[in-house]
Amino acid sequence: MGKYLHVFKIGIQNTLVYRANFLFRAVFGLIPLTGTLFLWKTIYAGKGPEALIGDYTLSSMISYYLLITFIDALTAVAEDDWQIAADIKDGLISQILLKPMDYLLYRLSLYVSGRTIYTTVALIPVTLFALYLRQYLVVPTEVMTILLFGVSLLMAAFLQFFIAYSVALLSFWVLDISTFIFIQFAFEYIASGHLFPLDILPPALAQILKFTPYPYLCYFPAAICLGRVSGPDLWQGLAIQSLWVGIGLVAARVMWSRGIRRYSAVGG
Amino acid sequence: MDSPGQQTEPVPAGNASPPFVGEPPRNACATLRFYGGLYGALWRNSVTRELQFKLNFVLWIVVELLWFALQLAFMSVLYTHTDSIGGWSRWEVILLVGCANFVQQLFTAFFLTNLTDLSEHIRTGRLDFLLLLPANTRFLVSLRKVDLGAFINAAAAFAVMVHAVRQLGLHPTTGQILGFSVLCGVGLSIHYSLMFLLATIAFWTVRAQGIVWGYYNLFNIARLPESAFPQGLFRRVFTFVLPMLLVANVPSKVLLQRLGSPIEWLVLVLVGASCFVASELFWRQSLRHYTSASS
Repeated sequence: MGKYLHVFKIGIQNTLVYRANFLFRAVFGLIPLTGTLFLWKTIYAGKGPEALIGDYTLSSMISYYLLITFIDALTAVAEDDWQIAADIKDGLISQILLKPMDYLLYRLSLYVSGRTIYTTVALIPVTLFALYLRQYLVVPTEVMTILLFGVSLLMAAFLQFFIAYSVALLSFWVLDISTFIFIQFAFEYIASGHLFPLDILPPALAQILKFTPYPYLCYFPAAICLGRVSGPDLWQGLAIQSLWVGIGLVAARVMWSRGIRRYSAVGG
Repeated sequence: MDSPGQQTEPVPAGNASPPFVGEPPRNACATLRFYGGLYGALWRNSVTRELQFKLNFVLWIVVELLWFALQLAFMSVLYTHTDSIGGWSRWEVILLVGCANFVQQLFTAFFLTNLTDLSEHIRTGRLDFLLLLPANTRFLVSLRKVDLGAFINAAAAFAVMVHAVRQLGLHPTTGQILGFSVLCGVGLSIHYSLMFLLATIAFWTVRAQGIVWGYYNLFNIARLPESAFPQGLFRRVFTFVLPMLLVANVPSKVLLQRLGSPIEWLVLVLVGASCFVASELFWRQSLRHYTSASS
């Protein structure tokens, strides 16, 4: 455990260099978000003040998007997958193989350090943005809701990491995996609820999505926080989410043990 | 969207067969012929380069098609809950999204890789080679590589526009089509000028790639109907400073006959021209600031 704490600390120091870059990214990321929120405001304005869209009021819709931004800052993989791919391609993982260290845990420590810095930096613009929109904010009050949101958020982070890690390990087989990363990300972007809350989709489609891993990356924790899932649905969701986290871990481990047999330490 | 790892080939252009041999130009006509021939050689180079990685070439097209489909899906989902957004119907917005993507893909085809490469040229000092060539450096920097896959994606966007026009039962006149094409060209030039301006910041900060990719977020604004935005700071900034709300909206409105007055396209043309002039002035200023990195 101690050595991974050390990796975490090094990771913090390394990513601190990029704090200006992170701030820039967080601020620029708010521009499309503002655009989307204006779009929703216009849609609601066209339907009358008390309008509901898939039983979202304008306030709960705006809260949803802010929550997604927050979850994204906490869990998104930024450079991790690119770095893993580069490590493999350039033969840098040889160094890790020689040390008594597990590559998955090593990368996980770096992921956590990266997210810590990013969230700290992004908190400034996102909080200002949230304050600007405070009249629309819906905040959970029940302790149980906040607790379950925390649990689900943590699992979302693990799932996010395992997916990115597994995709990045394709580098053992393919020279350039950037296209795979972008294709995976496209599915994730729409099916995880980044673009819109998934329960405004036709019910049949939403039902199918429920069994894929994607909603558990963003939509599901957000839905818990906003009190949109409760009772058996909530527990069922948490069960499916933990199942996917387990599958993610197994996939990551299997990919690694298969890939490492093909690894030829180019340049290392 | 080329991966940054693929920039290892030597900078001087025109070394593919047949080699480009040109005299530095003396008059306007010769200038045109000179740069035409030069651009032809750059095209041949790009084709050769793309053919080296055929699978990757196809996969990048798939990536872009997926993201385009995703934007269309988003709008379709919105329109299952409403009939109009700021007065725009479903197919009108599809036309707009198609137009925004069309302009964006043309921009990718001609300029994107070149502009993201610029900060690397500056950082490594490879810009020296381009400065030494007997041709306009901005021309070489901006047009060195052509992204052929983006033309296929532009064609897909065009097909979506044609479909939307059919669904709307529109029969554009020749004048409308001409106006639409010219204004798309102005939109293309706006994307180019603004991103060139951002890329030029690399002369001052060295690492400007983040800034260039930040521009990608702005494309998201271009595909939204402008009337969805209330009069205010946001709308003014994205109309006059970073005219994202004009690049696709105005050409689309020409086809949809929604233009309230000619002022709208006049604003687009004027803002486009000022963006270009601003980028040229800043480029000249920045070049003076260039101290080569390696030599």
